[in-house]
Amino acid sequence: MSADEAPGARPDRGGSGLPIEHRFGPYGGQFVPETLMPALAELERAWVLAREDEGYRSELNGLLRDFAGRPTPLYLARRLSERVGRRVYFKREDLNHTGSHKLNNALGQALLARRMGKRRIIAETGAGQHGVATATVCALLGMECVVYMGVEDMRRQLPNVQRMELLGATVAPVDAGASTLKEATSAAIRDWVTSVESTHYVIGSVVGPAPYPALVRDLQRVIGDEARRQMLEREGRLPARVVACVGGGSNAIGTFTAFIDDAAVELVGVEAGGEGIDTGHHGAPLTVGGRPGILHGSRSAVMQDEEGQIVQAHSISAGLDYPGAGPQHAHLRDSGRARYVAVTDDEALAAFGEVARLEGIIPALETAHALAWVLAQPDGELDLVCLSGRGDKDLAEALGRERA
Amino acid sequence: MSPVRTTGIERIAESFAATSKRAALMPYVMGGFPSLQESVRIGEACVGAGADILELGMPYSDPLADGPVIHAAGTRALAAGANVAGVLGVARALAPSVPVVLMCYANMVFAPGLEAFLERLEQSGACGLIVPDLPQGEAGEVLEECDRRGLALVPLVAPTTTGERLASIGGRARGFLYTVSVVGTTGERRALGERFAEVVAAAKSSTDVPVALGFGIGTPQQAAEAADAGADGVIVGTRLVRAADEGDDPASAVGAVVGELAAGLAPTDRR
Repeated sequence: MSADEAPGARPDRGGSGLPIEHRFGPYGGQFVPETLMPALAELERAWVLAREDEGYRSELNGLLRDFAGRPTPLYLARRLSERVGRRVYFKREDLNHTGSHKLNNALGQALLARRMGKRRIIAETGAGQHGVATATVCALLGMECVVYMGVEDMRRQLPNVQRMELLGATVAPVDAGASTLKEATSAAIRDWVTSVESTHYVIGSVVGPAPYPALVRDLQRVIGDEARRQMLEREGRLPARVVACVGGGSNAIGTFTAFIDDAAVELVGVEAGGEGIDTGHHGAPLTVGGRPGILHGSRSAVMQDEEGQIVQAHSISAGLDYPGAGPQHAHLRDSGRARYVAVTDDEALAAFGEVARLEGIIPALETAHALAWVLAQPDGELDLVCLSGRGDKDLAEALGRERA
Repeated sequence: MSPVRTTGIERIAESFAATSKRAALMPYVMGGFPSLQESVRIGEACVGAGADILELGMPYSDPLADGPVIHAAGTRALAAGANVAGVLGVARALAPSVPVVLMCYANMVFAPGLEAFLERLEQSGACGLIVPDLPQGEAGEVLEECDRRGLALVPLVAPTTTGERLASIGGRARGFLYTVSVVGTTGERRALGERFAEVVAAAKSSTDVPVALGFGIGTPQQAAEAADAGADGVIVGTRLVRAADEGDDPASAVGAVVGELAAGLAPTDRR
């Protein structure tokens, strides 16, 4: 199935019958060692069957409801709305069990792995939210779990390292390059090249070789499907603007998908501007544009030098500190359906504190990027922001930076 | 030079045909490790010690098919200033004495534009290209353009490759079929994969080009086992990169190991 995608079936189709896209315009593909190709084909076959299977769907939906706590609320951020002069709603993924949207995908993939007879799970993590979600699901299902994490991220997201270990996962430190999410992902892929016959790799974002970008999107679209319905109930209309932060881009795709066919709804992805786009120290490949590249198995927007070496990203937020982005985002950008902007470390830190004081909600530093952009917009009529995760993990890093 | 230029594909075929060993010996040299100049000397030492074909690695920031030893060597080569021009310079220096096949990850092949990259590769005198993260489904345009230039686009097959895929990949192989002996990344192993003989046999039945076995071969015994199993070529990488790293004189250290491997592949009557 390599037909060009026509994204965004209506939410009431419940995800079934959608294509599992291999390409999104010129992006996507399967740039991986041959050793993995049969596993990717197996995964795609398993997903095609599972998503139509009543048993799989009812188990997943039951866990999403009773274990994760879905649907998550849609919350009118009253004081923030007063501040900006328009209504701003938060889709409260921070209230999802484990504190972020990542659990939606981890639950779906781990149940799929079990159907495929794989008992060992590996994952990469940056901020630790995907690692915690995966470790949690592995505890729930009694599966072995190894999470690759850069040593720099282990330092700045220590509470999540402790949570993963408490949950019985092995956190494998990755000490290479900048020792952040890019290297953790490479290490996980190398593990998978060696262990593919017994192991499933739970990729945490809409990146990687096909079918992962489509699979993770399908599992995260519950965010936007719920939010669209909730917004119609609350406001009797759709939001004018849907805003989400983008590292790999799973909470953004998960939120956008339900609205892609609603042409009047503006879609905005907020990337990590780091120390400023001009400095080169950022994590904003979609915003910067430039020649596409290949990273971690797919062609997309990539930060690279002129010879094709991948360059290091920079962000105060470990989850956005990544030199690539999901291939569907690159396509949404090129087609004009979504636009991508960047917010600096300092702006995100300011929003982190401001939203805590205005709303009594401490957002993840990743999420704070989306919030900073919303706070800075003078215009608009009705915003929906994906509050993708809670910020407890970030206290030490954020407070340390404020004092510095 | 004969008036009719020999293509890279033809040169590789001649090398397999001409070797007096039981299988062609195909050492891997990381371009620019420990320096560009040293990697030329290492390549020359390989040729002097019996290499039939040389695999030259282009260092890359994110080498997904490589284990820690080759990954680290690539990182150090980049830190020491290796770039595309420098590594193709290594190819140019070695190409007159041995067929050179470049191993390079996909992003670097596409970064300057496919045609521009292949033009430079051809100009360097290299005979072919191995792209470890370019499976058949993504290789169409690269194969077409390599064919046009007579460069061999060498595909990989793995123990996990299913029969149908194997036939399709083997049918489109140029130069040789790079057969991965184990489920895993590059690196030395105590023993060849349990299924390696099966994998070699399946690979041979899928293709008309020679079958070269690689990943995990580091000793003369393992090289001999590969030849016994019917491999037409034996690729040794990590063991040599380690020798280059550990030896006081990288070139003579690598040359010594290649010499031992060549002895392991000597015709039975001379053993």
